[in-house]
Amino acid sequence: MVIDSLKKPSRTVFSPFSNFVARFGREQTAEISTPQPVPCQDESRQMNQQNAIEVVGVSKHFGTFRALKSISFEIRNNEFFTMLGPSGCGKTTLLRMLAGFENPNEGTILLKGRNLVDVPPHKRRVNTVFQSYALFPHMTLEQNVAFGLENLGWDKSRIRNRVGEMLERVHMSDFARRKPAQLSGGQRQRVALARALAPEPEVLLLDEPLSALDLKLRQAMRNELRNLQRDTGITFVFVTHDQEEALDMSDRIAVLGDGEVQQLGSPTQIYEEPVNRFVADFVGETNFVEIEVLESRDGWATIRTPFGQVMTVPTPGQVQPGMATLSVRPEKINLGNQAQGNTFNATVIGKNYMGGYTHYILEANGIEFRASRRNASREGDTIPVNSTVSVDFVQAAVRVLAS
Amino acid sequence: MSDRNDVKRYPGLGALSLLFFVYLYAPLAVVVVYSFNENRITGVWTQFSTKWYASALQNDALMDALKTSLIVAVTATVIATTIALSAALAIIRGRDLRFRRVSETVVNLPLLLPEIVLAVATLILFSLIGLQNGMLKLIIAHSAFCTPFAFLPIRARLQGMSLDFEEAASDLYASRLTVFRRVTLPLILPGLFSGAMLAFLISMDDFITSNMLSSGGTTTLPVYIFSLIRAGTSPELNAIATMLILASLILATIALLVASRGERDHE
Amino acid sequence: MSDIAHHDPVLPSVAAEPSRGGIWRNLAVWGLLPSWLLMGFALLVPIIIIAAVSFATRGAYGGFDWGFNLAGYRQILFNEGWTGELEFTPQYMVIILRTLLLAGTTTLLCLLMAVPVAYYIANQPRHLKTILVYLVTLPFWISMILRIYAWMIILGRHGPMPRLLELFGAPGGLSFMYNDGATLAAMVYTYMPLMVLPVFASIEKLDGTLIEAAHDLYGNRWITLRRVILPLTAPGIAAGAILVFVPALGAVLEPTLMGGGKQMMMGSLIQLQFGGGRNWPFGAAIAMTLLIFVTIVLILIARRAAMREVTT
Repeated sequence: MVIDSLKKPSRTVFSPFSNFVARFGREQTAEISTPQPVPCQDESRQMNQQNAIEVVGVSKHFGTFRALKSISFEIRNNEFFTMLGPSGCGKTTLLRMLAGFENPNEGTILLKGRNLVDVPPHKRRVNTVFQSYALFPHMTLEQNVAFGLENLGWDKSRIRNRVGEMLERVHMSDFARRKPAQLSGGQRQRVALARALAPEPEVLLLDEPLSALDLKLRQAMRNELRNLQRDTGITFVFVTHDQEEALDMSDRIAVLGDGEVQQLGSPTQIYEEPVNRFVADFVGETNFVEIEVLESRDGWATIRTPFGQVMTVPTPGQVQPGMATLSVRPEKINLGNQAQGNTFNATVIGKNYMGGYTHYILEANGIEFRASRRNASREGDTIPVNSTVSVDFVQAAVRVLAS
Repeated sequence: MSDRNDVKRYPGLGALSLLFFVYLYAPLAVVVVYSFNENRITGVWTQFSTKWYASALQNDALMDALKTSLIVAVTATVIATTIALSAALAIIRGRDLRFRRVSETVVNLPLLLPEIVLAVATLILFSLIGLQNGMLKLIIAHSAFCTPFAFLPIRARLQGMSLDFEEAASDLYASRLTVFRRVTLPLILPGLFSGAMLAFLISMDDFITSNMLSSGGTTTLPVYIFSLIRAGTSPELNAIATMLILASLILATIALLVASRGERDHE
Repeated sequence: MSDIAHHDPVLPSVAAEPSRGGIWRNLAVWGLLPSWLLMGFALLVPIIIIAAVSFATRGAYGGFDWGFNLAGYRQILFNEGWTGELEFTPQYMVIILRTLLLAGTTTLLCLLMAVPVAYYIANQPRHLKTILVYLVTLPFWISMILRIYAWMIILGRHGPMPRLLELFGAPGGLSFMYNDGATLAAMVYTYMPLMVLPVFASIEKLDGTLIEAAHDLYGNRWITLRRVILPLTAPGIAAGAILVFVPALGAVLEPTLMGGGKQMMMGSLIQLQFGGGRNWPFGAAIAMTLLIFVTIVLILIARRAAMREVTT
């Protein structure tokens, strides 16, 4: 029964996905790079047609440990979606549920509107790039890439073409007859991608695929992954604990912590407008300052800082008057002659020279905070320790956090 | 030269180890050397001869015993390996910890308990249920004590094999049967093979159980050899022993090579 | 498939740990069934039966009659005179003590040889290490009866050992066969690989920087051996000791072939009782005694292992 409901929609011709399949199949002969993701056609207006995946009230516990606490969110068609969080936040469990290796204790997961729960992994049009790559060591690269296609029952010549095309695409054609053991980490990574993309999955899952690579390669692979996603238009669901990767590559990020979605939004939203202490703390570096909210309107609040400033700053929704926490990123603090307007004085009690910029540890009214300043010229590093500087917070760039 | 400063080195160990290996192999060499002695009295060397090999190969009782041993060993190996494979899959890939531990202990029980106790215990069981077929008795008992020898290499192999491969196959639309046939089985094949080899050797070598259960028509090779030894050392016995030692060495070498080759693939 | 998981009490539908059962997990019960059947039939049931037989009565024409009495066990210590009076006979106690003593000595000798050799092998370059481990393992796969036979030749009349001693002035025609020493020689030889391998495995796992650290902190080789290497390889030594001691307790071939008819061990005594239809309940009682010894050893070792797990 479940299988029937799974199969039916995949035959409907007008889904955005089949649109992509058609395009993707012709890709080699058509122009090579189409930077725009496939636009959602207007003829598919249903809500679930715009979402590749809907996670509805999903809970998972292992014994008494609650890995996921009733999580809900959607992943849109053709987006590069990242689940970001520290280890143990439940992101891998969630990914394994999407792949079908775990089932939720409660809740449902929909893939293009079809319920996925209890559908075994081999009956989901979802493919995974494993953290370990999991290339079959006893098969050549060709055989690895062909494996999924064979199981889908493609005919031989079509498989051959597709395998060739995919290896070409990840620049591994010359290695087709080799076994995985003869490859470098970066090469294995690319073959794993080719293998997972070959069967034209509706969603591609990537489980920290860059974590085993060295720094240089990781940078290069970020761009390659991003381009691959744009070219194929496949929905990518990427799991990482590396905030830089997440900010760099994603269309949208879900920050997971403590078994819950802490915030979901674009990289800028996540970084510039963190909704709570967890997100502000986990993504990037920040100062938390206890402040008093004097007055609050929709999205804005007038606050008094412990340094005596009164200013109007953005907030996530409505906040109650009273004590609250302000998040101030170090680079949103102006120092010395750059400070203007609503300033106060602080003492420099330490500094870390980082090359391109300098971190200052400042103290005012018994409160310590950090500010960073770009070393634009040699004089950029001229504020000495123990001196007093004037300081101001960039008003529009600080955030009052939900308590 | 810096070796002298290597704190991990203890003086004299090299010489000691050399002595150890001499100790391990010299007795086997003695048997081999005396098998080529023309003299009927084992310890008295007269001249080189291969006549005892010729007479060993014409010994019908020996050939019958060899045949019995081979039939029992091959059958027991197939049964033990199949059972061990299915147990290893369930124990390593299964789920519940408690259940797994008990099962693993039960599978390994023949290794933990003295064989003579198991041998007389099965003897009593078979005589109680009136099992008469000597071959069947041997096959059942051998299958049981060969199972852990087949189990351990398979288990090690499975445990060393990341679940990622099977999950990846399943992710790539392979049904459970396909996953087993195209991924699990090929990857544990070295373990399976060396497990089967070891089970075969253990069955071929067994004396205690076979001696307890064997009756007139079902004398196995070691039981036959025992009867020869009882009659006193003889050059023909030396020749038989040499051939068997050689066969064991070859089989064990193949088994161990395959196992280590498999390990290397894994890395 | 999921039905199995729901109905079977041993497979709760919720995992007890975040284990990755993978795609096989629901098949666990079926996979274990054949091994339970085989082991149940060929091992567990026979053990229960032999326990029952040890309390049975000796049959008039061999075999046994069901019933409950302690005659089998009583016979270990006492001889029943023909008027029914019990007379203490040390003959079987001597066999039991000899068994414990020989098994213990075998374990000790194997240990003394195995530790230095295993240490040496573990510190060799990789390819040499593989070859040496292979050389240690190899004799184990040669039929035990043949390995013992080799020692019969070596120690027997006209054998290499008496010949060697003749060179040093010993009288000719000596034989070293048919005594406890001969049994011991064969036992040490046959069980040696079982000791070297686990000891080697634990020494190989030993982190070399720990030895360097011990030296860095002014420990000499002896102190390092005693306070760092041996304590850290204790689990391997314990494993090797079980692997040697348990089968040594049940040795049959060594005492039968090397010790001759008189110098029996428990294993050969049991075999004798079942051989010519002699006395099954008595044989079963000895077998149960042997089983109890083995169980005690296993429990002691298991408890120590558990303690170690708790304390570290």
